[in-house]
Amino acid sequence: MPLYRDEAVVLRTHKLGEADRIVTMLSRQHGKIRAVAKGVRRTASKFGSRLEPMMVVDVQLYEGRSLDIVTQAESLGAYGADIAGDYASYTAAAAMIETADRITDDSGSLQQYLLLVGALRSLSRRERVPGLTLDSYLLRSLSIAGWAPSFVDCAVTGAPGPHTAFVVQLGGVVADSVAPPGTPRVDPETIDLLAALLAGDWPTVEASDDRARGQASGIVAAYTQFHLERGLRSLRLVDRR
Amino acid sequence: MYEGIIQELIDELGRLPGIGPKSAQRIAFHILQTETFDVTHLAEVLLEVKEKVRFCEICGNVSEQDTCNICRDPRRSATTICVVEEAKDVVAIERTREFRGLYHVLGGAISPIDGIGPDDLRIRQLLQRLADGTVTEVIIATDPNLEGEATATYLTRLLVQPGLRVTRLASGLPVGGDLEYADEVTLGRAFEGRRLVEQ
Repeated sequence: MPLYRDEAVVLRTHKLGEADRIVTMLSRQHGKIRAVAKGVRRTASKFGSRLEPMMVVDVQLYEGRSLDIVTQAESLGAYGADIAGDYASYTAAAAMIETADRITDDSGSLQQYLLLVGALRSLSRRERVPGLTLDSYLLRSLSIAGWAPSFVDCAVTGAPGPHTAFVVQLGGVVADSVAPPGTPRVDPETIDLLAALLAGDWPTVEASDDRARGQASGIVAAYTQFHLERGLRSLRLVDRR
Repeated sequence: MYEGIIQELIDELGRLPGIGPKSAQRIAFHILQTETFDVTHLAEVLLEVKEKVRFCEICGNVSEQDTCNICRDPRRSATTICVVEEAKDVVAIERTREFRGLYHVLGGAISPIDGIGPDDLRIRQLLQRLADGTVTEVIIATDPNLEGEATATYLTRLLVQPGLRVTRLASGLPVGGDLEYADEVTLGRAFEGRRLVEQ
């Protein structure tokens, strides 16, 4: 199958040679794809603007030995321009893109693809506060990857909640009996917010106050960075004002 | 693998941007077959450029003195500043002969995924240049890609103040191109930025 077609969201691009780009995409069926897009940096390029990060494209590729080659690209969702028009959305989207790049591989994950496209669409339409969309995306993306945190029952013993001790290394809230000494306590409102972000319960999320949001974003960042092993560079630059 | 110094030369050339192992090998053998004088001259120029060239204290453009030719030129208008990402963008705009103001080189664009935030660019220096009120227009000429647009958005938010006009370079169809081959994003921008030709 030298020629194949898929839907994909563009994650990153790198310059190659005089006018080419290496495009990293998360596709619906083929997982993460790295492909060469020839001549796309020239102003006369037919599909250069469609292969910018955060664009959703219907793409046709030719299978290469190490990298595939983009032969056609049609736009399905031009989210980049709208996202770049709002700085907070842009920084949130950049953190999502970096997470998706790190969390996915060549094996396809339809759920990760749909989650990312949905989150980018939401940011481009300014549906929610960008920082909250990001936190919800991070929690759900980690859950799909197999690192779902527990915000109700104890992550170690399964003892029914509510619990207020949150330990990143143990996978969520834990009962007092298993919490390591000195574990910081989290406000019940923050735990509720985290559970709502994970479940996509937006009425509860939107009713939360700034203090709970600040605490929740810190916990989500710590949880994400712990499971991704290396820190996300874009996370410290997220504009949450 | 070649022996000793030849392999070292190929490895060093291969570290340059856009030069792969094959190109590095081709350049290395070209150097070996070239007259000694040319190679010496190349080596001298490389050393000289590292020694002499620095960044303009005012605008961040490349210069052989503390300030660049453009900032020193009294014929340039000090009321307009064109903000670009890289020094090579200054050369591109100068080739148009349309702009007679001054420049400000940011040194890149905001790219969180690469760890580049506003504090890593020369934005603070731009704000200092605007503080005395001489400048009445800032033209944002960052690249028309995602990072460039986001940088323009950030700057616009920061620069909004009375008496200062903030403009962005137009985007649209390339001169000499065919409309039917234009992609929808570019064509959409061209429509957005259409102008009145007749009253």
